[in-house]
Amino acid sequence: MTFAPNLIVALPVVLPLLVGALSLAFWQSHATQRFLGVAGSALLLLLSVQLLLDTWEQGHVVMEMGAWPAPFGIVLVSDMLAAIMVVLTGIIGLATAIYSLSGIGVRHERFGYYPLFHLLLAGVNGAFLTGDIFNLYVWFEVMLVASFALLILGGERAQMEGAIKYVTLNLLSSALFLTAIGLLYGLTGTLNMADLAVKLGQVEDPGMVTVIAMLFMVAFGIKAAAFPFFFWLPASYHTPKVAVSALFAGLLTKVGVYALFRVFTLIFNQEVGHTHEILLWVAMLTMLTGVLGAAAQFEFRRILSFHIVSQIGYMILGLALFTPLAIVGGVFYIMHHIIVKANLFLISGLTYQLKGSHELRELGGLYRSHPVLAVLFMVPALSLAGLPPLSGFFAKFIIIRAGIEVEAWLAVAVALIVGLLTLYSMVKIWNEVFWKAQPAGGAGPQAAHGSLVWMWIPIVALALMTVMIGLYGQPIFEMAEKSAGQLLDTSGYIEAVLGGATR
Amino acid sequence: MEIVMAFVIGGLYTAAIYMMLRRSIVKLVIGLVLLSNAANLLIFTAAGLTRGAPPLINLGDVLPPGPSADPLAQALILTAIVIGFGVLAFAVVLIHRAYEVVGADDMDKMKDTDT
Repeated sequence: MTFAPNLIVALPVVLPLLVGALSLAFWQSHATQRFLGVAGSALLLLLSVQLLLDTWEQGHVVMEMGAWPAPFGIVLVSDMLAAIMVVLTGIIGLATAIYSLSGIGVRHERFGYYPLFHLLLAGVNGAFLTGDIFNLYVWFEVMLVASFALLILGGERAQMEGAIKYVTLNLLSSALFLTAIGLLYGLTGTLNMADLAVKLGQVEDPGMVTVIAMLFMVAFGIKAAAFPFFFWLPASYHTPKVAVSALFAGLLTKVGVYALFRVFTLIFNQEVGHTHEILLWVAMLTMLTGVLGAAAQFEFRRILSFHIVSQIGYMILGLALFTPLAIVGGVFYIMHHIIVKANLFLISGLTYQLKGSHELRELGGLYRSHPVLAVLFMVPALSLAGLPPLSGFFAKFIIIRAGIEVEAWLAVAVALIVGLLTLYSMVKIWNEVFWKAQPAGGAGPQAAHGSLVWMWIPIVALALMTVMIGLYGQPIFEMAEKSAGQLLDTSGYIEAVLGGATR
Repeated sequence: MEIVMAFVIGGLYTAAIYMMLRRSIVKLVIGLVLLSNAANLLIFTAAGLTRGAPPLINLGDVLPPGPSADPLAQALILTAIVIGFGVLAFAVVLIHRAYEVVGADDMDKMKDTDT
């Protein structure tokens, strides 16, 4: 393959697009679409693991699209962070594809659930792998359009109301993102991220750079659901089918977080004190509002939605502290969070299937009838709260330790309190859903679309992964450490893209 | 010319934000249309307004003779227009469906999923 070196970087984007197109071709045959959903995402996971291995060996894997040399053409770049995120996308994609076998139903399949599912994965992977800021915008839009359609599949009133807020806020964020790109292009005359990193150092107008940095922070802050732009998330994430919620919860906001990590380590790293001070406050307030919002809720999925917000705060805290250890913590936190949060949503779907409600007051008695499910809930729930020896403990431990090292006492205190309040929310769910007796007049089991085994498999697999990350955290920590090293020392990235080191 | 464009863009952003703050969902979508147009014009202006100098290269040369307009900004705007068109088409259908389901075009009537 001399004409397309490092084709592996493009495959995680191209494959879901192809499989999605193929699913469209089999519009009538739902069985084929289901098969393509599982097989396509399994293949995607294999490819992404291969990409991670390649990236681990080479440091950066760069592909120039159409063989146009950087910075003139669009490059796809895989560094450790991007490769890790792509692997996580593969894991969540496969888990939700299997879960969808019994969790989605014919009505949604008829309106194109599977093609949209693949399109979403392609958009997410594209956003992770691109090395061009305008291309990042394009992938954001691909991802958004797919998510808009997935969000309203079914057409219930709550979905419409949630979707209007979701669509408006995300379009506003896209417009701000586009504005920032326009100003940045006017200032530097380039769109390649590595080239931008070089050119922005030579710009004579630091005021303009700060303005653009703030625009990026707001645009990605909306996408990541950071304070004070988070309110679209708890208004919409609990409205679609649970498989869709799990996919969104695992991946979408994390694309925003990834973009923040990428832009504020690679491009806007001149005035670190200024921007990262703001990020620190954003992180603390995001953690607090998210967890307090969750404490007031009595609906399974709404509690989980608010906890997405509070967990986003920890990741941004890792970025805001901006020490090597803090970045390691942030990356580790993203890895842990994607798996745990998607799993919790999947469990809420299974409890709905068994009891016919998402309201905590109408649920109960699941520990008596399904003790295994109760244990499976405990694993991600306690991991989310940060109890050892699960994955969340190490994620929180690294970030808090990094906070102590730079003596950011307030941030450390907030992180600890939020961990405690997370435990409160999780214990609340445990008490209401699993421990207390079944209240009279529940809706009872729902008619399942297929065998419930397909719902159990991803839940068990993801719970096992949570335990494994906790027990054998060393390789995960090393991956996070390597990605943090690459993020903080941008010369490797710039060299790989502009110097043609891996060509 | 840049000054005029700056005022036009500023006016568009202002009108867009104002429309988005209204309660009617139809006005909300009009606000989104204005916003995406404002962003496109901003890219157009920020990349520099060059008149009567197409970036055409003579046969055998590698650079256009003299200063020329920047074609990349135009490519960006074209892409953004197409994306914006698609997304706005979706938004229009969405508010139509929302109007049918909710029975009102008032944002204040759509607070069921808020907390």
